[in-house]
Formats: sequence, structure tokens, C-alpha cells
Amino acid sequence: MSVPARAAALVVAFLCVVGLGIFVVVYYIGSATTQLPIVHYTASGGQVNVALQEDPQNDSATRPDWVTYYTQDPTTKQWLHTTLFSVPANTKVNVTIYGYDGCTPLRNNYWSQVQGTLGGTVTVQQYNKDNKPLGGPATESVINSWADCNVAHTFAIPAIGLFVPVASPNANNSVNNLCGSSPCTPTSGGAYAAETFSFMSPSHTGTYRWQCLIPCGGGFVDGNGGPMQTLGWMMGEMDVVSS
Amino acid sequence: MSSETLAAGAGTPARREPRHGWRLFAIWFVLSLAACLVIWFVWYPHLPPGRMSDSASGQQFDIAVLAITGAPVLIGVVLYFSYAIVVWRARPGDDSDGPAIQGNIRVQAAWIILTAATVLWAFVFGTVELVVPAGAGGGEGPSPIWKLAGTQSSTWTPGTNTMLQVQVIGQQWVWTYRYPQFGGFESTQLYLPVDTPVEFHVTSLDVIHEFWAYQLGVKADANPQVDNVAYTTPKQLGSVTVRCNELCGIWHGAMYNFGHVVSQSAFQSWASGVQAKEQADGLLAALPPYALHYDPTVIPQLGSNLVKVVGVTGAAGYYYNPGNPVTP
Repeated sequence: MSVPARAAALVVAFLCVVGLGIFVVVYYIGSATTQLPIVHYTASGGQVNVALQEDPQNDSATRPDWVTYYTQDPTTKQWLHTTLFSVPANTKVNVTIYGYDGCTPLRNNYWSQVQGTLGGTVTVQQYNKDNKPLGGPATESVINSWADCNVAHTFAIPAIGLFVPVASPNANNSVNNLCGSSPCTPTSGGAYAAETFSFMSPSHTGTYRWQCLIPCGGGFVDGNGGPMQTLGWMMGEMDVVSS
Repeated sequence: MSSETLAAGAGTPARREPRHGWRLFAIWFVLSLAACLVIWFVWYPHLPPGRMSDSASGQQFDIAVLAITGAPVLIGVVLYFSYAIVVWRARPGDDSDGPAIQGNIRVQAAWIILTAATVLWAFVFGTVELVVPAGAGGGEGPSPIWKLAGTQSSTWTPGTNTMLQVQVIGQQWVWTYRYPQFGGFESTQLYLPVDTPVEFHVTSLDVIHEFWAYQLGVKADANPQVDNVAYTTPKQLGSVTVRCNELCGIWHGAMYNFGHVVSQSAFQSWASGVQAKEQADGLLAALPPYALHYDPTVIPQLGSNLVKVVGVTGAAGYYYNPGNPVTP
């Protein structure tokens, strides 16, 4: 083989390897995040209202048994299977989380304490499977998951010190009465809890990860795999954008 | 390396070779001395991790000493090759062989003695520094082999030499800190009093993490069901970066926060305040009794009926069996 031919073969081989590397990065790694839609919340009156729900199952074709969060589109009111949302910077964020999943004991009961919300509390209202409220709304600074099994998951944004135990439906009332088809609604036949709280979004724009702190990856060793390690399920990102 | 008189060729007057060995030694000595002085007086004060604690100072000293040990070696190697390339290179048109290599007992003896001395020095110095000073990574643990810097007690008060106990709990992907001498309260904040011996008890609730308090020079693995003990004494006020240094999942890189070294009175005030708040909120009563480590598969306080399957957890107030809802 002549020297020019060998040089050309070397260049072609090099370009093939580089191209393969770029393909792997763009197709596999890049697509892992870009496939998830981002729900954009805009401020009204200096506040934004974020709505999430956590379900014991989901409507995906590949992992229907994974526990997951859903995010509500503020315009269409549709529940989207994503955990990516954006809020304006330095704005009061009012969060409502509908808990359709049953309780799971916290590994570290320290997370029973509400931290980082305005007032240091959350307000919880539990409903039975017929969408009837169980008692009145309760404002709590601690939801002790070991005392009465009323915590299903947590919503935590560690970078801003926000740690919130997310209430589950009443343990006794929800036995065999959990929502069985996602995304769930108050009238879909499952007991649930509605929890509300507020916090101030950071003044600095950027991406802030959020996660559940209860190892709830059922079927995975110590509950730490699967949905606990995957964007779009029990972990997500909050983009803080210029207000 | 000794000077030799070589015949440049028939009919050509003999040319006296320079004394390459002494020339190399002189250059090496000057460069090494300069490098060592720069390392000690310029680089050493700025070496990581700083001098915020006795552990950090010890590591800084170790790095400086090893740099001074290694610099002459590096300079010697680079100098010799550079010298050979420049001085002993083949000139244009010179196709002759080089001079025959012959043994030189002095060079061989010097080589063996110097390299052996260097390696033995590194061995002795490294061993002593690992074992003797607190915080350098050896001799620590629940039964340290040297005398502790302070006394151990179930309470801590400012102005005494009592060691402060801090339990470091790793969890995907946050750190929490527990203070058993203050009612066992837990916090996401790491506060430490200055000039106080600190006894870290590092453990994990799930996978393997590593507690790395950078400016304090403290690194300790956080393993589930293991109590890993490390000691340090903060010497300066300031902020401490705490990172996880063991790949522990998708957000390992985000598992960090900042600790604070404050005055003893400020620490007492902070700790008492947090303890009182958690007492009033009912959180202290909700926390489990202080233990040196935790089994991630067992929560005894909930009763054995809630813990059914080792290693696999689930929702609805109990633990899933391995096949429910999905077998990995």
C-alpha cells in the first residue's frame, strides 16, 4: 500500500472512531435528558403554583411498576410524566403534591421534619377512596413516619435546604385502596393526600436537582435503584430562570 | 563520568574531555537546592489542604517533605537526559560508534546507596507520618494506637478538653450530622468549635460514600453498618467544604455542602438552639436512639412485622418481597 493510501486509511479510521464516540454521547447520553418535557411555570402576582403527584405505578410502556412523580402542565392541566420544571427566580413557589402512593417508613426519621418551607410547615389533607376528606386539614412541622406511617416519599431540594416529607393516604384507609391507574385523579378511586407548602425560589438562576430521600425503588437492593436513580421518576430538576 | 583523555583520531592532537560528572553534579546541586527552597518557602504555605486543622497541617507538611524528597530525583533524571541529548549527541557526519561502556564502581555504589537511602527515607517517613500524628489516615479508628487529643465524655462544654463527637451519616445524596452529646439531635449543618478535638463517627444509610472535609484534611469511608472513626482538631475559623469522594450514584457529584468552624461559645449556642428546637418540634423523640451504625434493611423501632425481606424495600408500610413489584 502506498504511503498516501495508508495515510488516507488512517484518517478514515480515525474519523470513524471519533464519529462513533460522538454518536454514543449524543444519542445515548444526550437523549436521556432531552426526551423529558420541561414544564414551565410562570409567575402571576409574584407567585407560581406548582402541582406534582406521586403514584405507585405509571403509564409508561417500559417500567409500568416503577413508583414515580408526575408534573402538571399549568396551561392544559394535563399530568405529564416528567420531573423537570422551571420557575422564576426569587419568587414565592406554592407547591401542591398529591400523594397517591402508600406509606413507606423513612430510613432516617430526621426527614420527618419539614425544613426550608415558608413558616417551616406543610398543610396536609387526607382523602378516602371516595374523595371524601378525612378530618380537617392539618398544618405540621413534623410528620413522623415511624409513628403512624403517614409518609410516602419526600420532596427535597438539598441545594436550597428544602426537605419536605410527602404525606401518604391514611394507612388504614388506603389498604387495598390505592389508585391503580396513572396518572391518578381525585376521582380515580384511590385514597390520597394533598399536601401544600411554599418556598422562595433562589435568586440565582440555574438548575437545582430535587429528589426523594426514601429508598423507594421497590425490587431493587435496599430500594436504591431504578426510579431512585432515574430522571423523570423519583428525582428531577428545577430550573430557576430569570423572572 | 570521570574525566578521560580520548584520542580524537590518528594524527589529531588529543582533546581533553570535560569532567562531565562534576559538571552534572554542580548543575544538579544548584537546581535541586533552588527547587527545595522554592518548595519549602513558596509552595509549602499554599499547598492543599491548608492549615485549618492539625490533620490538614500534617498533610501539608507531608506533601512538602515528599516534594522536597522527589524534586532532586526528578531534576537529576531530567538533567541527565537533557545533558546527554545536548552534549553527547551525534554531530553531523559522525557515523562512528560511541565509546565502549565500562563499569564504574564508584558510580554503581553511589547509585545503589542513594536510591536505597531515598526509598528507605520515604518508607520511614511515610510510616511515621501515617501512624504518629492524628488524622493522617493510620492508627485511627475506635481504638487508636496513640493518646487521644482530648478526653471522652457523654457531654461537651466549652473551655474543656472534651472531645466533640459528631456522627456523619451519608445517604444518597445528602449528608446529615448527629451530635450525641447534645441529646442526639441531627442536622444538615456541620458546625464545629475551634481548638476542640473532634471525633467523627462516619457511617451510611445505603451505599458506600466517603466523607471528605477538605480543609480539615479528613477523609473517611462511609459504609453501611460500619462505624468509621477519624479525629481532627480545627485550628482556624472558617468554612469547610464537605464532599462525597466515593462514586455513589447519579448525583454523587452534587453530594456536597459546607461546614463551619466557629468559636466554642458560638458552637455551644448553635447546638443548644438546634437541640431545643428539635425537642420542641417533637423531632428528637422521633429519632431513633443514637447508634454507631445503622442496618439499612432494618428499622427496629417499627417492629419486626414491618421488616420482612432482607435488602428489598417497598411502599404501603411494609417491605416488598423480591418479586414484587419487579425482580431486578
